[in-house]
Amino acid sequence: MAGIVSYGAWVPRFRLGKETAGWGMPIEKAVANYDEDSITMAVAAGMDCMTGFDRDAVDGLFFATTTSPYIEKQGAATVAAAVDLGKNIVTSDATNSLRASTLAMRSALDAIKAGSARQVMVTAADTRSGPPGSDLFQAAGDGAAALLFGDKGVIANVLGSHSISEEVIDLWRAEGDTQVRTWEDRFVYDTGYLKLLPEAVSGLMQKMKITPKDITKAAFYGPTARRHGEMARLLGLDPKTQVVNPLFDQMGNTGAAYALMLLIEALEEAKPGDKILLANYGDGADAFLLEVTSEITKLPPRRGLKGYLASKRILRNAGIAGTWKGARGGGLSGGPPSISARWRERDEIDRLHAGKCLSCGLIQFPQQRVCSRCHTKDQWETVRLSDKKGKIFTFSLDNVAGGIDIPLAITVINFDGGGRGIFMLTDREVEEVKCDAPIEMTFRKLRSSGGMHNYYWKPMPVRA
Amino acid sequence: MESIKDKVAIIGMGCSKFGERWDSDAQDLLVEACYEAFEDAGIESKDIQAAWFGTTGLATGQPLAHAIKTEYIPITRVENACATATDAMMNACHAVAAKVYDLVLVAGVEKLKDSGVGYLTGGGGQPSSQTGAPVPPPAQFALAANRYFHDYSLSYEEGKKILGMIDVKNHRNGALNPKAHFQREITLEQAINAPMMAFPLGLYDCCGVSDGSAAAIITRPELARNFRDDYILAKGFGLAVGGQQGMLRDYYDFTHFDETINAGRMAYEAAGIKNPRKEVSMAEVHDCFSITELIIYEDMQWSPRGRAKEDIESGFFTLEGGLPVNTDGGLKCFGHPIGASGIRMIYEMYLQLQGKAGPRQVKNPKFAVTHNLGGTPGSFTCAVSIWGCRD
Amino acid sequence: MVQSIKDRVAIVGMGCSKFGERWDIGTEDLLVESCYEAFEDAGIESKDIQAAWFGTQNQMSGQVLAHAIKTEFIPISRLENFCATGTDAMMNACHAVAAGIYDLVLVAGVEKLKDSGVGYLTGGGGQPSSQTGAPVPPPAQFALAANRYFHDFGLSYEEGKKLLAMIDVKNHHNGALNPKAHFQREITLEQAINAPMMAFPLGLYDCCGVSDGSAAAIITTPELAKNFKDDYILVKGFGFAVAGRQGMLRDYYDFVHFDEVLYASKMAYEAAGIKNPREEVSMAEVHDCFSITELIVYEDMGWSKKGHAKEDIESGFFELTGGLPVNPDGGLKCFGHPIGASGVRMIYEMYLQLRGKAGARQIKDPKIGLTHNLGGTPGSFTCAVSVWGARD
Repeated sequence: MAGIVSYGAWVPRFRLGKETAGWGMPIEKAVANYDEDSITMAVAAGMDCMTGFDRDAVDGLFFATTTSPYIEKQGAATVAAAVDLGKNIVTSDATNSLRASTLAMRSALDAIKAGSARQVMVTAADTRSGPPGSDLFQAAGDGAAALLFGDKGVIANVLGSHSISEEVIDLWRAEGDTQVRTWEDRFVYDTGYLKLLPEAVSGLMQKMKITPKDITKAAFYGPTARRHGEMARLLGLDPKTQVVNPLFDQMGNTGAAYALMLLIEALEEAKPGDKILLANYGDGADAFLLEVTSEITKLPPRRGLKGYLASKRILRNAGIAGTWKGARGGGLSGGPPSISARWRERDEIDRLHAGKCLSCGLIQFPQQRVCSRCHTKDQWETVRLSDKKGKIFTFSLDNVAGGIDIPLAITVINFDGGGRGIFMLTDREVEEVKCDAPIEMTFRKLRSSGGMHNYYWKPMPVRA
Repeated sequence: MESIKDKVAIIGMGCSKFGERWDSDAQDLLVEACYEAFEDAGIESKDIQAAWFGTTGLATGQPLAHAIKTEYIPITRVENACATATDAMMNACHAVAAKVYDLVLVAGVEKLKDSGVGYLTGGGGQPSSQTGAPVPPPAQFALAANRYFHDYSLSYEEGKKILGMIDVKNHRNGALNPKAHFQREITLEQAINAPMMAFPLGLYDCCGVSDGSAAAIITRPELARNFRDDYILAKGFGLAVGGQQGMLRDYYDFTHFDETINAGRMAYEAAGIKNPRKEVSMAEVHDCFSITELIIYEDMQWSPRGRAKEDIESGFFTLEGGLPVNTDGGLKCFGHPIGASGIRMIYEMYLQLQGKAGPRQVKNPKFAVTHNLGGTPGSFTCAVSIWGCRD
Repeated sequence: MVQSIKDRVAIVGMGCSKFGERWDIGTEDLLVESCYEAFEDAGIESKDIQAAWFGTQNQMSGQVLAHAIKTEFIPISRLENFCATGTDAMMNACHAVAAGIYDLVLVAGVEKLKDSGVGYLTGGGGQPSSQTGAPVPPPAQFALAANRYFHDFGLSYEEGKKLLAMIDVKNHHNGALNPKAHFQREITLEQAINAPMMAFPLGLYDCCGVSDGSAAAIITTPELAKNFKDDYILVKGFGFAVAGRQGMLRDYYDFVHFDEVLYASKMAYEAAGIKNPREEVSMAEVHDCFSITELIVYEDMGWSKKGHAKEDIESGFFELTGGLPVNPDGGLKCFGHPIGASGVRMIYEMYLQLRGKAGARQIKDPKIGLTHNLGGTPGSFTCAVSVWGARD
């Protein structure tokens, strides 16, 4: 039976919170850094998901979002390259709806059941926002999820699903809109969310011949805390025991990624035999029934939602978050890159591939033609640095380099196991920048220019 | 292989006023420096048979030809980051030593103040993927400073103090030099408390942005005495070019510069110098940043490794010390018009060896060293030249 | 007294990359390709090189070469002189060897032009400026000379186009015999004459293309050369002339000759002891960035009389089988113009020819091979000429 084989998540490090000047609320929300977007967050979740798993077995990658950086250029291809998957895979974007993630999940499961893929990863990420002052603005957060589907070593089988489609324009964005538009509240909820999601769940329960009391935990989309609570009652579930914490006070509603992140929260607490309900909403609704297997106890440890949620820094003032959102172009100025040069260097840039000299063993980044130490020519083995940890060998805190992250922390990184590179440090406080400080790598956007987004890897202080 | 020692003589030099020369362009600066050199040598531009032109901002030898109106003579343009001017001098010396030309001009110039930016940006190069981190020059050397403090257990205060002492020394020398951009002294407090450019380097730890030009006329020693009695002689050159070894080898320590060590050795060998600390009378080195000068003291074998601090504190490198460094004020007071700096350094050594350095005069100088460094820790181009009096 | 450079430097090895649109190859890969071929040809390793001269327009400093072939802190001078860059690098390297400063030296030129995203040579670069000068891209620069040449020598448009086209056809014919060339196919006179106009009267085939490439040479003294190979070649002379915009400042410059070529060729002939260039020069590689350039160079190099290149072109004097074959390897027309590499690539063809290794392009019994580079615009050029001969 097809189901979930592995999972990964990403919650940005920085939060709005009680101590944030200009925020004024006792709840915390995850805020993507100036150099993050839906693609970079999907990569982070995907890397987390691959912890302990073999990339060669993954046959497809789907990228689900309502905030794609491009209108025409596939995000999944970028995500697949950065996660360092192979070439003979299917990459596909799912977009335009909050349900993009669960619809991608359906396609992944169908592919595995049909035998056209062994494993497929679904990544979902969003950086949505509503009009300032609105409920949605207060509730929205940034984050990403990744699920690896397959039919061997399954930790949660997908027993069945039910989907309905409905043409109702309750929430929408057109080209150029940065904020979600809605109609009158009462209409939006009465004919949309509160009507359709229960319909899908009810259809699922009929199919599966179960009732609400059979559900161990439910993970479902909710636009705000209030509406999420309402939905729990409508579905006949006990909010205290049967519903995962919707995390409105720790993370916020992460759009297309949200339902999957709540599912991951459920899996992180689950025991073999648990029955989990997953439901998502947007132009209709999807509902899935999953059953946790004993394989879940064998899953190699990863950061997951729990780990990234706990690793946080509260922003000093809300204006910083505003600046970051406005600078969603990566924060550095400059003209567009040479596309042919960037294409030629794609393995070192997207996959952070270094080379190990087969003659003397020195790892060099980028991979060379001639070894720097023993001068042997063209004898190399590829080494991936993106999943290695390292240390800051030396650094500079620069006040003249420009950009919005001032001072710009420029670091020489020595990777554990060998190899060295010079990078911009991100997600950092100035006090953390010291010789020998431990770091790990993260995929971020450097700059946008000429409509093109230029991504690369940056070190960040290890997220404890 | 033969040494260049005593095969080339400088018989005339010129140097423009360095600074913010808003009303002068590159060609005006070249006219200023070259005509002073012609006058010093007692020649005219039509006597020059070939020229070497060092500059990073202009292309080909044509701007020099256009400025001083040479008539279709050979002019090679050399560019090698901050080692540009010394590299131009070196190539000119090869041609003279090979007897291909008798009378040659070497000129360097940079017009930096048209860029609208108040600090050295580095940059240039070809279309690229643009994924490399932007590492402006202050940041590049901050990488070395932070590691040096760490490896040699210098507290922030101790480190800032010895860097500050270098800045104070150079400003004091520059205040005695009418050609310098900056001609005023600073205090240790000013240097230590200046605004931060790239931690731990503050404003006074960094050289400024200036326009300038300098020129030299060279010939063979046999012909030199037709022009003057007090010509000076080339004793040796060293040019060492890095290929990013420090970035590819994760065991490079960031507290020494291999290129300086290699270029220094090459030049000392050519000149027959066995004990640099004792035999070198004075030097002009590439103090783009104070930490750079500190590390050069060790790499050029004047201070033992890791112990420049003692020599700085004892005043060994001041005008009155055992090995005065940057007697004219250095890059600190002249700024760094890239193509001109190396020749400006030779200009000061020329004046010193002739006894014409006025209040900056070092007593009885014998061997004068110039040193240029371009690039970033882990990958530099370093050029060293050594000069001496005629016998 | 000055001494000529004649017979004081020998080339003992050379390499040349494939020129073309090398999307998957960067600057440093191109250098590895040409330099390692040169090392192999000379029978040496990179660690044997004592110093290097690096000619390139786009890259800053000698570090790019050091990084590519992993030399260990040896001296590397980097030179730039527009299109004369490669020859300038060779000349300076020769001075150092002739002065006895180094015994074994590498000269390398390279340019990676295809990362610019543009299909034609843009010129440009330079410092911040007032930006009020007219944009005069390279085809336009030489169109200025072509239009005046047609005018002064009474050539109708058809007559002029035919002459220029014959040069294009000749070079394409030669390039089709060369596996290292970017373009390896013949064209017809009609194709050349009727091609789309770039800058009147110069059409597509009158203009060289944009390519990536690199070439390298290993040089030493003649005394040491025989340790490396028997058929080394010797330098006979250099000529180098740099203008300072005389043609733009003097309203009596005629635009149908290039003073820089006159001066540089005179210098080179004198150094080499050549008194009758048309007779004594066996073959040449010249800077055919545009067909009109090659035409004017025939006259300024002293091979055809001023205004009379037409007769020599029509009689086939400059073809592979003629009295003075020009651009036997296909020229800039078929190799494109990776600026830093071109001068060294020209020397590479002369090196092959003098040693009898040019295969289908082989000229019979060549004695003296000449290379010529020209950078800038009519009225202000940098011109470099080098002359080579077989050993005695």
